Amino acid sequence: MLQTVSLACRRGDRRLFSNLSVTVRPGAVLVVVGENGSGKTSFLRMLCRLLAPEEGTILWEGTDIHHLKEQYSAQLTYIGHLNGVKDDLTAVENLKFNASLNGDRASDAAVQDALELVGLKQRVHHLPTKVLSQGQKRRVALARLWLSSRPLWLLDEPFTSLDQAATVLVTERLRFHAERGGLAVVVTHQEVVLPSGMAQRLRLDG
Amino acid sequence: MKINWSKYSAPLAFYPLAGKMIPWFGTVAALTIAVGLYIGLLVAPTDFQQGEAYRIIFVHVPAAWMSMFLYVVMAGWAAVGLGLNARLSFMMTQAIAPTGAMFTFLALVTGAMWGKPTWGAWWVWDARLTSELILLFQYAGVMLLRTSIDDQRRADRASGVCALVGVVNIPIIYFSVQWWNTLHQGASVSMTAAPKMATIMLTGMLLMTFGFWMYSLAVILSRVRCVILERESLQLWSKPSSVAEAVEVR
Amino acid sequence: MNQPGLWEALRGIVWRDLLLAMRRRSDVAISVLFLVIVASLFPLGVGPEPAVLRTIAAGVLWVAALLACLLSLGRVFTADYLDGVLEQMLLIPQPLPVLVTGKVFAHWVVSGLPIVLLSPLLGLQFGLEGEALGTLILSLLLGTPTLSMIGSIGAALVLGVRGSGLLVALLVLPLYVPVLIFGAGAVTSSMAGVGGEANLSLLGACLVLSLFFAPWATAAALRIALE
Repeated sequence: MLQTVSLACRRGDRRLFSNLSVTVRPGAVLVVVGENGSGKTSFLRMLCRLLAPEEGTILWEGTDIHHLKEQYSAQLTYIGHLNGVKDDLTAVENLKFNASLNGDRASDAAVQDALELVGLKQRVHHLPTKVLSQGQKRRVALARLWLSSRPLWLLDEPFTSLDQAATVLVTERLRFHAERGGLAVVVTHQEVVLPSGMAQRLRLDG
Repeated sequence: MKINWSKYSAPLAFYPLAGKMIPWFGTVAALTIAVGLYIGLLVAPTDFQQGEAYRIIFVHVPAAWMSMFLYVVMAGWAAVGLGLNARLSFMMTQAIAPTGAMFTFLALVTGAMWGKPTWGAWWVWDARLTSELILLFQYAGVMLLRTSIDDQRRADRASGVCALVGVVNIPIIYFSVQWWNTLHQGASVSMTAAPKMATIMLTGMLLMTFGFWMYSLAVILSRVRCVILERESLQLWSKPSSVAEAVEVR
Repeated sequence: MNQPGLWEALRGIVWRDLLLAMRRRSDVAISVLFLVIVASLFPLGVGPEPAVLRTIAAGVLWVAALLACLLSLGRVFTADYLDGVLEQMLLIPQPLPVLVTGKVFAHWVVSGLPIVLLSPLLGLQFGLEGEALGTLILSLLLGTPTLSMIGSIGAALVLGVRGSGLLVALLVLPLYVPVLIFGAGAVTSSMAGVGGEANLSLLGACLVLSLFFAPWATAAALRIALE
């Protein structure tokens, strides 16, 4: 269970949000919406410990993530608005390095399956990602979701530059994750089509 | 009288307190520097080796001491700021740097002025002077890093780390430059080679150091007030009563 | 240090950076070429007298090595910062200072080691021979990792800052002073027949000290840069 207790965020002189308390239980997807500059990304970066909250605490299973440190990092998969994909490595290499750095084992077969599932054809698996299109690069980043067995997913605008088909694939993957008892926080300005019991909405007004 | 210190750790509460302290420190500084200069320039005896030129050490040595002392204090505030995430500490770091750099510069210039008549050259690669020069570069680095980063919070923290790394470096640099100096025996003129210091000279020098210290406090506090005004302007405008309060006490 | 996966993560970081450097060989070549050109310019400026060249050799080669290291600092974190790999690195469930050490090691292999390997050639250009040449190689072998470790602090501090290339020079060069002194000192004293051992052991001390402190400072700087 992921909880925020009276969280506040200040960027520069602007107070983006304050007194923000939400709870995400297993099996739920928190969809964070709001205008540009309302602090959605900052909120997500706080949840993955990249940004220290101005005030308030974030609890994972009842413990402050500030104390859990790396133990907490081991619970989450974060895909930021930057892809985190190396241009000079192939899609397969990127995913394999990512998995091994995070202590998950991923065989070539598993990686290729994940790439297939996110809709990338066999022939692009071994190309350096710099020759891929924006949407394809995004898919390479999102393929990590098919390799991740972490309970908490934190996604920043996952659907940017994806086409309709890929959007559906990723949404389905999210639904599957939640059905297995996973948690997810998704920052997006697009509509996410999830069963009503599953999706929780949070609107940040800035 | 009991003072609630935590109250003053908030920048806006510190603002009027600093304002009250500045005139005191300023007055003490003016008086001690005046007495120190009087002793140094008129009372202290003429050095039979160096003549009158040696009198510049009454400015040079205290300035060099202050430049190092202020760097350590600045790094200390940076450590407090990074450890406790206190905004006022970072403001102090920001306010100390220019004064420290000024004293470093003063030490370098007076060192050169002393060097010309004593050693026959404006600049010698003496261990202390060289360390002082590198200290000036470090001050410049801390200040430039701060001004190059737009985000206030990041600027504070990055320049804080920079100051802390520098403070580890100062003794290493001093040692290495001294080592280097003995290696190249050319210019191993040491400032301690001066004859044993008379009590009156020591008094003058200590008075000057104390005066410089008080001056630094006065200047740093006024600068920190400017920094507070600059940074907390938004909060000040949103609470008109506090701005009135802050300005009134001045 | 025996946390599960730490070794694997460390190896992954080093291996990935080496692989990337292999695919971008020209980047590596540039800083090596820079070193050679800078070192070759000095005789043109100073004049070709072998005696003069020998006396300035230690200083010139060390300063050139210093500048070449400085030039390559931009490559340690900048690309990773821009494509988001760096923020993923911060989320790896392992102690960040250890990961940083891996990254700096990879950077040293790509940009410091070539300098060490090239140094005998440059030393010959300046008329260094025998023991002095050996001392030069050894001093660079001990000194360049220190330069990479210290440099990584500066590189992390200026990430994404405007004018970062010049700023990093200003931040890092004062910190390089002790390494320069001990490194060039080792060569000079071995040429004078005193033996460079004292200077070399001081270089070693610098290396140990930087291995101990720099990763923490760099990790802190990276967290600050990515906030």
